[in-house]
Amino acid sequence: MLGLIIPVALNGLMTGAIYALVALGLTLIYGVLHIINFAHGSLLMLALYAVYFMHVLLGVDPYVAMPFLVLAFFALGYVLQRGIISTFSHGKESNILLVTLALSIIIDNLALYLWTSNTRSLNLPYAYEMIEVAGALLPLPRLIAFGAALVIALLLWLGMTRTRDGRAIRAIAVEKRGAELVGVNVKHVYALCFGIGTACLAAAACLLIPTFYVTPQVGYAFVLIAFTTVVLGGMGSFAGALVGGLLLGVVEALSGLFLGETLGQIGIFLVFILMLLFRPQGLFSARGVR
Amino acid sequence: MTQNSSDLTRVSSRGISRRRLLALGGSGLGAPGLARAQPAPVRIGAVGPLTGTLTYNGTQAQAGIRIAADIINAAGGIKSLDGARLEVVYADAESRPDVGAAQIDKLAGAGVSCIVGAQSSAITLATTQAAARFGIPHVVDIGTAPQLLQRGLSNVFRFTPGSGESVTLGVENLFSLNRAAGNPVKRIAIVHEDGPFGSGMAKTLAARLPGVGLEIVETISHPTPQRDFTTIALRLREARPDLIMPTQYINEFILFARALRQQRLSIRGIYSIFGGGASNPRFAREHKEAAQHIIDTNHWYDPRKPMSQALAQRCAAIGIDVSYDVMVAFGSMQVIADALEQAGSREREAVMATLARATFSDTIMPYGPIRFEKGQNSGARVVNTQIRDGVIELIYPAEFATATPVFPMPPRV
Repeated sequence: MLGLIIPVALNGLMTGAIYALVALGLTLIYGVLHIINFAHGSLLMLALYAVYFMHVLLGVDPYVAMPFLVLAFFALGYVLQRGIISTFSHGKESNILLVTLALSIIIDNLALYLWTSNTRSLNLPYAYEMIEVAGALLPLPRLIAFGAALVIALLLWLGMTRTRDGRAIRAIAVEKRGAELVGVNVKHVYALCFGIGTACLAAAACLLIPTFYVTPQVGYAFVLIAFTTVVLGGMGSFAGALVGGLLLGVVEALSGLFLGETLGQIGIFLVFILMLLFRPQGLFSARGVR
Repeated sequence: MTQNSSDLTRVSSRGISRRRLLALGGSGLGAPGLARAQPAPVRIGAVGPLTGTLTYNGTQAQAGIRIAADIINAAGGIKSLDGARLEVVYADAESRPDVGAAQIDKLAGAGVSCIVGAQSSAITLATTQAAARFGIPHVVDIGTAPQLLQRGLSNVFRFTPGSGESVTLGVENLFSLNRAAGNPVKRIAIVHEDGPFGSGMAKTLAARLPGVGLEIVETISHPTPQRDFTTIALRLREARPDLIMPTQYINEFILFARALRQQRLSIRGIYSIFGGGASNPRFAREHKEAAQHIIDTNHWYDPRKPMSQALAQRCAAIGIDVSYDVMVAFGSMQVIADALEQAGSREREAVMATLARATFSDTIMPYGPIRFEKGQNSGARVVNTQIRDGVIELIYPAEFATATPVFPMPPRV
């Protein structure tokens, strides 16, 4: 069993990259804007169906579909926030939670109605391409997802620190009223944030589908862990989401190996509780953003 | 309307109960002239999970029931009831036992003669109990839990085999398959989800496999959902089993089958009993490589029967897979139609008495003569299927087989 530690840990790192990808979008929405987005998992599910159908109906490879879907989901997120979430929450933050919950119920049931709960998955030729790293066999799509998670986290960090919109988002996160007073268009920036967060999900979906599946309930497999990752990494920190996701992946894999898969989840929450006890602000405490 | 008038004479000599009056009213007493020209349809209640987590099973079964009713009606309905047509009343159990039970009240109010459903043991336990209160016969299409028939309810008729019989037969078939191939399999690994379904199966297998000379070298349980199966695949590689017996739901099954292939395990077979994915046509089609040669023990129809082929054609026409839910729901409707035919009555008591006593003719299932003994169809049995190039073939028993088993499976690259 000891001989398995390195391959298991490396594979955990690959799984962790997926957690990080899902958490990157959430850390922006939840961590920066403090919107508890219950629809995060449902939007991930929607993105997975989008990639699936682009491949099945149009023959588009998931990696080729990524730029198109990222744009489409940015637009979707923007419109959702501007048109539905902000309209129906009447400016109250507590209402936002309920509106996103309603959205998730509607999206989930619509998916169930349209596509039934039967599991769909893609069988791509490269799904079984394995790369040997330090004696561990790693699936090529997982390695690609790992690399992409690093790149996306870096891009988000650059966007947040180097662009005007990034500065506006940070300004709102720190002091909403003040930002408004100096002329920041709060509604636009909120929608922008939501759009970027949703676009991250589209990217995550494209990277996830070669090794995963899609059902109307698939979002729930990731959403709890995404919230955990965001809090663990530090609210609003992209580096935190990345490192937090990778850490949880490795912890889950190793505790699965030593405690059995049924108890594997314990490792995740043990780390989480320890973090809340000794470093409640999270690994990176969002200084990366602010 | 001979049946109605004889009912009437019999009833009037004893006084008419309210329930009987209602039943008679529904069947044409209220409008005898109209009824003579076109007998009122016989209502059948179909309860199942049309929404919620079990939607796939529920809607597939619904399709099977609808197609069966269409075919029976097109062939002239129930002849002993003057060609009365079957009219199915659908009720959604929302994947919840309590909702399923509540829906039975509605079906009883709609005047159904018989109920069919409900694709899951948990829901069926509730619906059969509720139907018993109204004295409605309940034909169970799928519900493998032994408790279904241990409650002394006389209205429960299970068309398919229960879990105990199925595991016994599954293990026997594995033994025969292995012996016929020269016993290439000795070491078994069990991988199961940690709910009642998987844990129960693992426990039963642990008790029975040593009896047929098979050694269990590893048992691994995992939660649902489980997002990655690499660790499990690596542990299995160390345990070096000849055969893996998975008991999981479809999503985990897909990831597991993939992980086994990705981590290049050399095994001689994957053999499941009520496996989540191995009898799912979509999985077989979408994962030709990972699914190749996986054997399952499950409900399956006899694909060579003309009626089976008619069902497959109808399913293709409406664009749904011929899954086992469709098959057993269709078969259950065939039995109900036969019971109505033999009873010559649409009354619940008469239908129930006929189901309890009579022997039923051919259905699409590869079953022996269908008799319900203490509520269990004694002719029912599970069969073995194997995925071959994206298609699910029946491989065992030989008399129904559409393909010869490939066992042990050839080494995977």
